[in-house]
Amino acid sequence: MENKIFEPKIVAFVCNWCTYAGADLTGTSRIKYAPNVKIVRFPCTGRIDFMLLLKAFGEGADGIIVSGCHPNDCHYTSGNFHARRRWISFRSLLDFLGIDTGRITFSWVSAAEGAKWAALVNDTVSRIKELGPYTDYEKVARYYEEEVNHE
Amino acid sequence: MARIGVFVCHCGENISATVECDKVAQAAAGFPGVVHSIDYKYMCSDPGQNMIREAIREKNLTGVVVASCSPRMHEPTFRQACSEAGLNPFLCEMANLREHCSWVHEKGEATTKKAIDLVRMMVEKVKRNQPLYPIRVPVTKTALVVGGGIAGIQAALDIANGGNKVIMVEREPSIGGHMSQLSETFPTLDCSQCILTPRMVEVAQHPNITLYTYAELIGLDGFIGNFKAKIRKKAKSVDEKICTGCALCTTKCPQKKIPSEFNEGLGKRTAIYVPFPQAVPNKPVIDKDHCTYYKTGKCKICEKVCPAQAIRFDQPDEIVEVAVGAVVIATGFTIHQTGFFPEYGYGRYPDVLTGLQFERLASASGPTLGEIRRPSDGKIPETIVFISCAGSRDPAKGIEYCSKICCMYIAKHAMLYQHKVHHGKSYVFYMDIRAGGKMYEEFVRRAITEDQVNYVRGRVSKIYERDGKLIVKGVDTLMGAEAVEIEADMVVLATAGIANPGAEELAQTLHVSYDGHHFFSEAHPKLRPVETNTAGIFLAGACQALKDIPESVAQASGAAGKVNILFSKSELTREPLIAVVNRSAPPEYSTCVGCFLCQPACPYQAIEKEEIKDRSGKVIKTVARVNPGLCQGCGTCVAFCRSKSIDIQGYTHEQVLAEVMAVLEND
Repeated sequence: MENKIFEPKIVAFVCNWCTYAGADLTGTSRIKYAPNVKIVRFPCTGRIDFMLLLKAFGEGADGIIVSGCHPNDCHYTSGNFHARRRWISFRSLLDFLGIDTGRITFSWVSAAEGAKWAALVNDTVSRIKELGPYTDYEKVARYYEEEVNHE
Repeated sequence: MARIGVFVCHCGENISATVECDKVAQAAAGFPGVVHSIDYKYMCSDPGQNMIREAIREKNLTGVVVASCSPRMHEPTFRQACSEAGLNPFLCEMANLREHCSWVHEKGEATTKKAIDLVRMMVEKVKRNQPLYPIRVPVTKTALVVGGGIAGIQAALDIANGGNKVIMVEREPSIGGHMSQLSETFPTLDCSQCILTPRMVEVAQHPNITLYTYAELIGLDGFIGNFKAKIRKKAKSVDEKICTGCALCTTKCPQKKIPSEFNEGLGKRTAIYVPFPQAVPNKPVIDKDHCTYYKTGKCKICEKVCPAQAIRFDQPDEIVEVAVGAVVIATGFTIHQTGFFPEYGYGRYPDVLTGLQFERLASASGPTLGEIRRPSDGKIPETIVFISCAGSRDPAKGIEYCSKICCMYIAKHAMLYQHKVHHGKSYVFYMDIRAGGKMYEEFVRRAITEDQVNYVRGRVSKIYERDGKLIVKGVDTLMGAEAVEIEADMVVLATAGIANPGAEELAQTLHVSYDGHHFFSEAHPKLRPVETNTAGIFLAGACQALKDIPESVAQASGAAGKVNILFSKSELTREPLIAVVNRSAPPEYSTCVGCFLCQPACPYQAIEKEEIKDRSGKVIKTVARVNPGLCQGCGTCVAFCRSKSIDIQGYTHEQVLAEVMAVLEND
């Protein structure tokens, strides 16, 4: 493991109408990007329960992308505003918990921005590569386990 | 026990060039729950689809994953194939190996590995899919048209001629809207009244149309196919059934000096009045704010002279409730009035007019019977100046947009003036001439070349009075920004068109969105221009954005077409990918605690309160319920719910969690 080049595992939470379609456009435009990202499709960023992000870190994700329609372009008029508001408060919670918010990319990619999606993925991948594997969560889990055993 | 079938597509070489499809199929065969896994060159082809259908039947599959292109491309195809083989279509999912993998990555181990991961994700998801069935909602085949201008008239007639019932609500005593005020229409110079009034009569006489004039929509509840509208019919103080429309009352009314709204204040009307001779319905109403009897308790002259005894001073406002299946909003626009242009002296100088006032002057039914005369002294103006973009395209005035109709009506006004005052001189100050439209540019050219209208490219800075003349100070930017001063007898301002004053309130009543200028927002600026974001509510005419008559009519017909499509079936079927609040056995009934945090989060007002009662009718618990007719399936409520009681079909907590777990599983 030590000798292998670190390939981060990144989960992308995207909305069906803008970013999923934007990523489809990246495909139809044959723009290449790093294969580290796997997309989970949601109807809207407003649907994304941010506890899922923590769950993903807990399961071993090194980085996360959340992306939906640009403000005012939401297919459901206001879901992305809810997501944005949720992200702002969630970010401070993460900070408080000691989770590095730099591991989460929050962005807007429209259905016409295939190139932006590729750039977003590549940027995130190179940033996470610099940060290295995410082990803090395991550390916290181990610490918690020890606490429980201690009692 | 899940029995999943995985079908990996090569898409010719689109996928197989970078992904080793056979390896993906082999790996998928090893996933728990997968009983069938194959790869094939073209899964969407007939033989490919047959392979899916046969496997469903032979291996008794409980779920299907097609690993091929984007679900946005072929999801309907494969769901249809599954459905034909007897599998619920919502038990079929697609792994996007083409757009999200083979086309965007180089050939190699990592790419094939990603493809395997994507398939694993969808296998884990589909195991948790539930069979879903289209939602059926009954449809009331009556449309409500709000506004009786040309857009509302066109929409109402088209819907009614399609065989459906229409209820039209108009705020004013007569339908007709702004078009009835116009003198002639560009680019053909058709008489506006001549083409409009037959339509107005048709509306009044159509067996499928119920007309409520002098009435307002005050409430709308419900959802697509099943709205309940509340309409206030203001008291007309005249019994319409008895009134013969002889208009004797209007000639005897002592209040004769009320500025006529129809004539834009240039003419006078009485307190009991018919707005204009061709009004529909052609029956008078009493304007309570100006009537001597309502103000002083004495007069009743109209009652005395009425041969039919139709006057009813004690008539109350009436509230009518109607059930409708769709709503067309066609409330139109208005124009900027006084006080907006202190530098142009509008309101200060009687001979500075708005475009609509000039229409009334030029109209044969207007206060001057079509002769263009100055309101101040009744003289025929020798020199007339038209100023375009008075307020429009002026961020300093708060209106960035172009009002769209002014360039054309100014050309028309100048032309009409030249036709009526042959020796007169007319000037048009303009920023740009925007004459996009069939025969529009030619029309403007005609004004310039044939009718010798002087077009001056530049803005007017100031208008002031000197010796009975209006001095217009401007600049001609095509002559080296030279200052221009014109001694005019009359000035016409093409004031910006704006949303009606009540637009914001109406939008809130109807739960439709509106923009910063209070124009109603369409669902999509390109592809859904006549729908609002609220299902079942449509837009027609200038209430959405400024537009001219042909565009308003086109949009109205479009909206009517949409309504008739909606009404073509007695039931509405919708995709069942909507939110649901869980229900369980007593004494819990639901994990919902009734906090209703979901209610303000919902952009569609789909969350209702439901009372769970015991046999004696006592309320045990109030919980949320999602109205399946209104829910569009965004899932915002799902993320909000603290007790995780709402879930969204097709993207349930269980499904998305399984996907996340599957992505990150092993290495």
